[in-house]
Amino acid sequence: MLKMVVCIKQVPMVSELPWDPATGTLQRDLAEGMMNPACRSALDAALRIKETGGGEITAITMGPPMAEEVLREAIALGADRGVLLTDPKMAGADTSVTSHTLARAIEKACPGFDLVLCGCSTSDSETGQVGPQLAEELDIPGVAYVDEIEVSGRAVRMRRISDHFLETLEMDLPGIVTVTTGHYAPRHVPLGGLQAAFAEAHIVSLDAAAVGLDPEWIGAKGSATKIRNVYSPTAGKKNIVLTGAPKRIVEQLFERFDDKIGGAIGKDLKTDKN
Amino acid sequence: MIAKKRAIWVFGDYRNYFQNRVTLQLLSRAKELAVKIDAEVCAVVFGHGVDEWVGEYIAHGAEKIYLTDHSRLAVYSMETYTLLMERLARQEKPEIILVGATAFGREFAPRVATRLGTGLTADCIGLEIDKEGLLVQMAPSFGGNLVAEIVTSERRPQMATVRPGTFQEIPHDYIRTGEVVKIPLPEHLPVDRVRLVRSERSPQREQKLEEARVVVCGGRGLGSKKKFAKLFELAELLGGEVGATRPVVYADWAEHEALVGQAGKQIRPQILFSFGISGAIQHTAACNDAKFIIAVNKNPDAAMMKRADVAIVADASQICNSLIQELKRRIR
Repeated sequence: MLKMVVCIKQVPMVSELPWDPATGTLQRDLAEGMMNPACRSALDAALRIKETGGGEITAITMGPPMAEEVLREAIALGADRGVLLTDPKMAGADTSVTSHTLARAIEKACPGFDLVLCGCSTSDSETGQVGPQLAEELDIPGVAYVDEIEVSGRAVRMRRISDHFLETLEMDLPGIVTVTTGHYAPRHVPLGGLQAAFAEAHIVSLDAAAVGLDPEWIGAKGSATKIRNVYSPTAGKKNIVLTGAPKRIVEQLFERFDDKIGGAIGKDLKTDKN
Repeated sequence: MIAKKRAIWVFGDYRNYFQNRVTLQLLSRAKELAVKIDAEVCAVVFGHGVDEWVGEYIAHGAEKIYLTDHSRLAVYSMETYTLLMERLARQEKPEIILVGATAFGREFAPRVATRLGTGLTADCIGLEIDKEGLLVQMAPSFGGNLVAEIVTSERRPQMATVRPGTFQEIPHDYIRTGEVVKIPLPEHLPVDRVRLVRSERSPQREQKLEEARVVVCGGRGLGSKKKFAKLFELAELLGGEVGATRPVVYADWAEHEALVGQAGKQIRPQILFSFGISGAIQHTAACNDAKFIIAVNKNPDAAMMKRADVAIVADASQICNSLIQELKRRIR
């Protein structure tokens, strides 16, 4: 039976994000969580494979304890079990540490897995790095930004658009794909699914020690990249207001910003006058 | 022995027009950064029969080219390119590696970073060198609503990907010379575990609007289809592309291709001219990465006007016409 692992991230619902107008920053702790859209597509791809050829789906997520919600959602949609990686020590992980943590957890909780599916990127940080890095960590063939997947026997055939090329690729299992939102649409939770998610849900929770992670290689501590500062690009933006007759406004615009406009279009816009 | 000079590497991504352009743009920024840490700028090129690009990269500022030219590299290959980059970086120990955030680069860079055990920042919108000589990587977060300044303080190389159009290339100069270091293909190169079955040029339109340095965007406030059409003349003068809002596309003033918004294109120009656009969230979110916004609207309280760097309170169509006249006068 095909053993599939779907990596899922809980992300803040961006449209609902409360802002602190004074600082121009997000109040993340107040945000509602949801399943990252591309992760939903990855889950949908796995469910379709399961529906046609059979298989078993493990949904795995790393996050605070509340991230268990997305595992329940995945089970409601048809995943067989969930693995929650949660440990305060895992907080603040960059993509390389995240993929390291996920890889070790997948090996621990899903030995003998065949296919790992991830969303191609997340709506909160949008790096798209975890999937390719997971391929490296697990040392299995992998393809990113996949639109469609087909499994036949031990071979996986994938289609994607990559830099204006329509590509068809193939690899043998075990392998990993990251899935775009292009082809696989999110589905609704069936009524029976809700019962599965809450009555008999099979969810295991693992911390760093249970996974057997090197404490030097997790969370913010193990991360190579550090966030030094966060700011809103629009906060503190000077909003210059120009009014008057159109011709005069345009003259003013060039007097003040001819360098800026000229720089962007690669032309010298200065007149002899200035 | 003289210590090896520090180096900033740019991955030579040449497969199509925008990949070629982003490489040139990165070389340009790398040159500016190199001055601050006294480093040399190198391009790394894998392929077969790629002398044209080698020459191009030198003309655009690369002082050194690491080149592996072999028939096995004629087609882009993720596993092989990753292996070659890892080996070369381990040997030469560059301070910084910059990769264009093309579809290939977005998959390639994270793999290389993991192999080298270092950090990587995605889609940087700015790169600077700080007082300690560290690369400060400015990355957008939450759909561009926030910018994070990220550093890789201890591990090396410091790595970042950058989207096409973020930096401006320097003009080519074919008098420039550079050193070409030929790196042979390693013996016993493993076969890629991912097989390319078929690859064809996508019929998809070039991403002109998404990559344009100047975008002229129009909304219903322009008044009519005829007035909207004037934007094309303005865009032509500015060497830019025309974008539109949803109501304008619905009214058939513009093609769906021109739609800038949640269901359309995301843009990131150096300058965005916004004419008669009130600024629905679906539209403004797609404009978040615009570096400088000049908005024109009769209503000074329109959301787009509040977000703009320059808000012009006037009739959008009249300003468009005046701009065309003034630009014709100034561009000689």
